[in-house]
Order: sequence, then structure tokens, then C-alpha cells
Amino acid sequence: MKDITLGQYYPGNSVLHKADPRAKLVVTILYIVAIFLAKSIYSYGAVVLSAILLLVISRVSVSVVLKGIKPLIYVIVITGIMNILFTTGKTPLFQWWIIKVYPEGLRAAGLMVIRIIVLIMGSSLLLTYTTTPIALTDGIEQLLAPLKKIKLPVHDFAMMMTIALRFIPTLLEETDKIMNAQKARGGDFSSGSLIQRAKALVPVLVPLFVSAFRRADELAVAMECRCYRGGDGRTRMTKLKFAARDWFLVIFTVLFCALLVTLNIYFGPAQVVVEAVV
Amino acid sequence: MAIIELEGVSYIYGAKTPYEMTALDNIDLKIEKGAITGLIGHTGSGKSTLVQMLNGLIRPTSGRVLLDGKDIWAEPKKIRDIRFKVGLVMQYPEYQLFDETVRADIAFGLKNMKMPEEEIAERVERAAEFSNLDLSLLDKSPFDLSGGQRRRAAIAGVIAMSPQVLVLDEPAAGLDPRGRREILDGVKRFSRESGTTVIIVSHSMEDMAQYCDNAAVLSRGKLFMYGSCSDVFGRAPMLCSVGLDIPHVTRINQKLIELGLPLPEDVYTVDYAADKIAKLLGLGGEVK
Amino acid sequence: MSDAFIRTENLTFAYENDEGKEVPAVKGISLEIKEGEFVAMLGHNGSGKSTFAKLLNMILTPTSGKIYIDGRDITADDMTEDDMFDVRRKVGMVFQNPDNQIVATIVEEDVAFGPENLGIEPEKIRRRVDQALETVGMTEYAKHAPHKLSGGQKQRIAIAGIIAMRPRCIIFDESTAMLDPLGREELMSTIEKLNREEGITVIHITHYMNEAAKADRIVVFDDGQVFADGTPEEIFSYPEPLRAVGLDVPQTVELLFKLNKMGGNFNLKNISTEDCAAVIAEAYRKATESKN
Repeated sequence: MKDITLGQYYPGNSVLHKADPRAKLVVTILYIVAIFLAKSIYSYGAVVLSAILLLVISRVSVSVVLKGIKPLIYVIVITGIMNILFTTGKTPLFQWWIIKVYPEGLRAAGLMVIRIIVLIMGSSLLLTYTTTPIALTDGIEQLLAPLKKIKLPVHDFAMMMTIALRFIPTLLEETDKIMNAQKARGGDFSSGSLIQRAKALVPVLVPLFVSAFRRADELAVAMECRCYRGGDGRTRMTKLKFAARDWFLVIFTVLFCALLVTLNIYFGPAQVVVEAVV
Repeated sequence: MAIIELEGVSYIYGAKTPYEMTALDNIDLKIEKGAITGLIGHTGSGKSTLVQMLNGLIRPTSGRVLLDGKDIWAEPKKIRDIRFKVGLVMQYPEYQLFDETVRADIAFGLKNMKMPEEEIAERVERAAEFSNLDLSLLDKSPFDLSGGQRRRAAIAGVIAMSPQVLVLDEPAAGLDPRGRREILDGVKRFSRESGTTVIIVSHSMEDMAQYCDNAAVLSRGKLFMYGSCSDVFGRAPMLCSVGLDIPHVTRINQKLIELGLPLPEDVYTVDYAADKIAKLLGLGGEVK
Repeated sequence: MSDAFIRTENLTFAYENDEGKEVPAVKGISLEIKEGEFVAMLGHNGSGKSTFAKLLNMILTPTSGKIYIDGRDITADDMTEDDMFDVRRKVGMVFQNPDNQIVATIVEEDVAFGPENLGIEPEKIRRRVDQALETVGMTEYAKHAPHKLSGGQKQRIAIAGIIAMRPRCIIFDESTAMLDPLGREELMSTIEKLNREEGITVIHITHYMNEAAKADRIVVFDDGQVFADGTPEEIFSYPEPLRAVGLDVPQTVELLFKLNKMGGNFNLKNISTEDCAAVIAEAYRKATESKN
């Protein structure tokens, strides 16, 4: 459990790794919009190409990306099947019992699956694989800084994120220890009905919560001892710098969105893609 | 007679991955029945892995763990029964308490054993007595006890199961000298009175020397030394060679031998040292 | 005024228990600690030593009595919030559980946490962080994740986080209790270095008698009061009263004490291994001479 990769960060030295987290946040949002803008076959092609391009420049290994998609495979498959079943068209390709499959359905399913995969790939390559959790938190805090003016607790939110990230591995390790301690007294977590299993977790959850509160208490005192008094008057050792590279990244993404819109206008949606309920 | 036997036991973490690491390497060890055995070694020497192997929390990658001559993994589905026979008290066990009352918490293991209520009640009180826990505390919430009391309640929870072997991982860690003595005295008394085999893991050589009959030393996943306390602590230079501490009084004794005093090598308790030195100096009096 | 860096006058503190009763934890302690001193504080659990320490950097507020830090009365009514943070900067504190005092997910970010709170400019923070990591010998771990370090290393990071705030005094509240012997040794040598080389006043609360033996002075707490106060040699010469308050003595003293009971005549102030062995060897030499 000790080797859990936090937020899936994949160490590297690529352009994407070096980019300012704020730029990456903005670009990720734009990229997600772009994916939803894609309507024509051509714009889909552009989107798929862009995802492959991201994979190449990030130098993240393909197997890592596939691993990231794996947990979502059911969502992808179910979305595909729903699209196949619930999209209607003119002539069914084949029919069995009450199920009618239209070519439009197959197309819609295909496009939807591509869209989801590109969405996962894009956001993870742009953000989670190439940005350390702490840089990400800093990026969010600074991007949202203007909201401080309307009294939103942006700093506190970022501090909470940082502490959560810091303590996830500690608490996982602790869960492991407590489970072993209860197993040593005959605790059984792997057999019995669902209710029995849920009940068996009480001896793990109670100590875990008690310990989390104790840790929170001690951490709060330790932070006070280090003169913590919220975000006011606090400076940072590392200031984020928005470099030329970051401007380029943002401008390039804006242009990419424009390209997709143009492709949609020129070629029109090849077929109406029926939005499925995901 | 041996109650626990390890035969060629090895354990590899993350086998066939880049993180592969051998925690235990071909360990052969026989734990004497009814004795208190100390397990010594650095952090990362494989002690914790070994301890968790004794009650089947970890299954050896190769080799066998025998309890009373029977392989504990002969029927993997019945491994839970082994956990009742080999009671394990983990490090900082006070953090595993969860129930509404100390009484209920000590009974947790017994309930898992499906023991009748009357017997549970009796055993809980006996276990509390053994671990120096005042009976008036039994109906309090475990969270209202002091740190030392909570530790003793947790130990009582394992003692209550009347295991054949009681394994304690750093039972006195973080306590003040009085708290250390209370816990270790309780464990020793429990072992002597009930005849239970005890295995103690500790970093404190002074405690080991004072409370154990035998000592096993692990170093880098291998069994480095094993024998009676006088065998092991009598070879202080060997312990030092793997970077382990020796009891303070052994260090004084070594220094005295260096200075030319004809003292034996196997000095590891203050009483024994005082005795030997007194004879040498021709002091007459007896220790009170 | 004396040259005491910390001075308390008749300091008391009581907390309220679950039933709403006032329970006194510190009962009228008057103590002076000089700048640059290395003081060990001993006492069984609940003797009031940790509570006393937490009063010194304003984590707790005394019920009555006075505390002067660097000549300033920190119990006075005119203390502002800024004054309070100044006291916390001057009197840093390292705790028992290494996991529960590290805030950030990267070592150097964590060391920077204190100076950042003080509002220091980024370049200066950078320099202080680098220096602090060097002092505790953790420079090569600057970019590591704290949760993968050993207990001793984590405690050194916690110390670096404190010294980056440039304190005059550091209180170690049972900071060695959860460490293995190696980690304890690492930490003790770091503490001694800070005291001897950087001139930082050290208050070390511990249950290990060997660690206390390394201090300039030992203060023994019992029942919320100072039970004994003196050099390690003075304190450890009285094994029986120490045992009575739940403490112990190093095995050197225990050995000499036992020998005295058997008719020997040893000075119990020989607490180091070398001194202890030397006086016994000397007695042996005399005994063999008289026989011949």
C-alpha cells in the first residue's frame, strides 16, 4: 500500500510536465469543450489526432494510459450498448425479439466511445499524469484567487486539498494495520452476507475515524506552532511563472477549438449524433 | 520442545515486479514451548514480516510454518482458527480499540470464537487481571482511558483468547519507565502462570535481557543468532557487528574486561553484573 | 533582570474534564531557563511536563502565574496576535508523532511552511530552507515525498521546518518516543548539534534516561510540580526517589547503587559508561593491592 501513486502522477520532463499548472487547467477545460464541439467525422478525426499527439509529447507510456482507462471500461461498454439499442434510424440492420439495431446506432455508439476515451486520455495526459498534486493545488488556488474578493475561502480550500493529499497514504497504511489487528482477533472481512460484511467493518472504521480526528488535532497544533494563521500575509517559496510556452499552449488550444467549429460548419455533422444518456 | 517451527521460510514482497524485495530469506527457527523468546533486529530486518507469519496474516512465499507439528497452511480456509491459537498484539495496539466499553472490546476475539456468554464474561475479567487492568475500568469507554491503560486493554483482548502462543510487537513502545515495567511484568507473570509461550519484539536490549529466556536476532532477512540470552548477549561484539545495540550493562562489562578485570563475557543484567563484580572486589553484603 | 531566556513565576494550569471539573495539571511552577541551555524534562505520563511546555509557546493559556520569554511578559494583557506569533517563532516545538506534523507532500515545501506563514520573501525562504535541510543533513531528500521516509528522517524534516523560522529555543515533546534506536540516535545528534553549534536553547522531554544524561540539566516533574532540578549527575544519584515517581536511572548508576548496597563505596555521579567502569576498575586495583 505504501507505493500507491498519488493522483497518478507519472514523473517526466516533457513540455507538458514543465508547463504552468494554471495553463494546463485552462487548456484542459478548453480541450473538454473542444471534444464536445466535435460533430463531423473530420472534427472527430482531429480530436483523435490531438489525443495521440498529447500522448507522444507527454512521453507517458501507453500501458499507463490504458491502465487509466481500464477502471472505466464498464461505463464505456454500457454507453456503447445504450447508444446501439436506443438510437433509431430508417432501416434496421437486423432485428431480434424487440431489439432493433440501426446503422445509425452503431455509428453513434462508435463516436460516443471515441469521445469518452479521448476525454479520459486528454484530461489525464494534460493534468493528472503530468502535474504533481501540489502543483495542481497551487494552480487551482491561484486561478481562483480573484474569488477571494467576494470572500470565497480559496486559500482554505487549497490548504484542505494539500492536507488531504498528504494524509491519504498515511491513512491507507493505517487502515491496513487496523484490519490486520482485527484479523488477529478473528475479525473476518471476506465472508458472510453483505450486511455481515458491512458490520464487520465497524471495528475498522471506528478506530480509523478516531485516529483521523486525533491526527487532525495534533496537526492543527503543529501548524499553529509554525505560525499558521490562514492565507493572509502568507508568502510562497515557489511562485508560479507563466512562461511563453504556457501562452503558446493556451493560444494553440483556442485555435484548435476554432478549427473544430470551422470543420463543423464546412462539412456539417455527417450524421446527427444522438446524445446518449451516460 | 518446540511449539512453533519455521522450516526454510522465505518471503518476497512484490515478486516479479521491479520492486521485488526479499524480506525473509530461508529462516529455520524452533520456538521453545513455555519460554519467552525475544526477537531482535533493526527496522527492516524482517521482524514484522516474521511476526505476521506466525499467525497466518502473511503466507510464506516458500517454506512451512508449523504449530504443534502441523503446517498452519494445510487448510488455508481454516487459517482463522490459527489466529486464535497464536495471539498477535500489533504495535501501538491501543489504536485498534473500537467498542463501547472496554469489556466489549476485550470480548471481541472471544465473540469471533463463538464462545458462550458466561465463559466470555469470566475470561474477560481474568485477562484484565493478567494485564494489570483495574476491573472498575471494564465498563468505561476505551476512549476515556489513559494511554497506558488503553494499551493494557488491547493486550487483554488478545490474552482473553487464551492463545497457545502470545506474540507482542513492541508492547512497551512510547511508554514511560513505569508503564514499561507494568506491561512487561504482566506479560512475564502471564507466561509463567499459564505456561503460555511468549514472543516479544523489542528494540530495547535492556528489556529483552531482563524479560526473555531466549533471543533470536534477525539481520537483513536472515536469522543471525539464536540461543539463550546468555549465549546471545555473551557475544556482544557479534551483535555490534550488525549495528545492533547491546544492553548498557553489557557495555560497562566489556569496558571492565578491557581494563583487565577477570569478568565473564555473558553479563547482560545488572543483578548478575553486580554479583560478579562484588565477588571480585570482595564485597560481602547481599542485595536486598 | 537575570539572563533567563524563559522564566515562569508560580505558573498554574487547570483543564476542565468531561464532568466539568477543574483538574490542575501544572501547580505553581517557578523555573528559569538560560539562553543556550540544554534542559531535559523527565516525569511519568501525566506529571505535567508536556502541559508546562505547551504553556511556553502559547498553545495553552495559563490559569494563573507569569511567563517571561526573552524578557517579555507573554501573559500580559497588552499581548497582540502578532506578539503571540512572535513567541511561537522564537519558541519552536517538535512533537511525538512524526506523521502528524508534516503538512506538505514534498519535503522542501514542508520546510518552507513556517517561513511562508511569517510572510518572508520567496528568495529568502529558499535560502533558509536550503540551510535548514543542510543543518539536519536532509539536503538530498529535498524533493522527496515525506511519507516514504523513515521515522527519524521525518523528525529531522520537522526540525528543519522549525529552524527555518530561526527560533531561539526548540521544545522536543517526546520527539524520540516513536523512533527506533537508529532514528533516536540520528535525532539526538541533531539536537546536540543545534544546541552546541547553533546555540539554540533546547528543552527535551523524554522517557529515556540515557538521553536525559546528555543534557546540561534535568528537571524532574511529578504531580504538576518540579520534583527535582539539577545536573544529570546530581539527579541520577538518587535512584530510589526517582523510582518512586515512576522513573528510572541509567544502568551505570543502577550497577553502582547495587554495589554500594553490597558494601561498596562508589560515587553515584559516575553516570557515563567510561567513568563507571573506571571507578570499578580503580576499586578492583585497590582490592587486589591490599590482598597482596
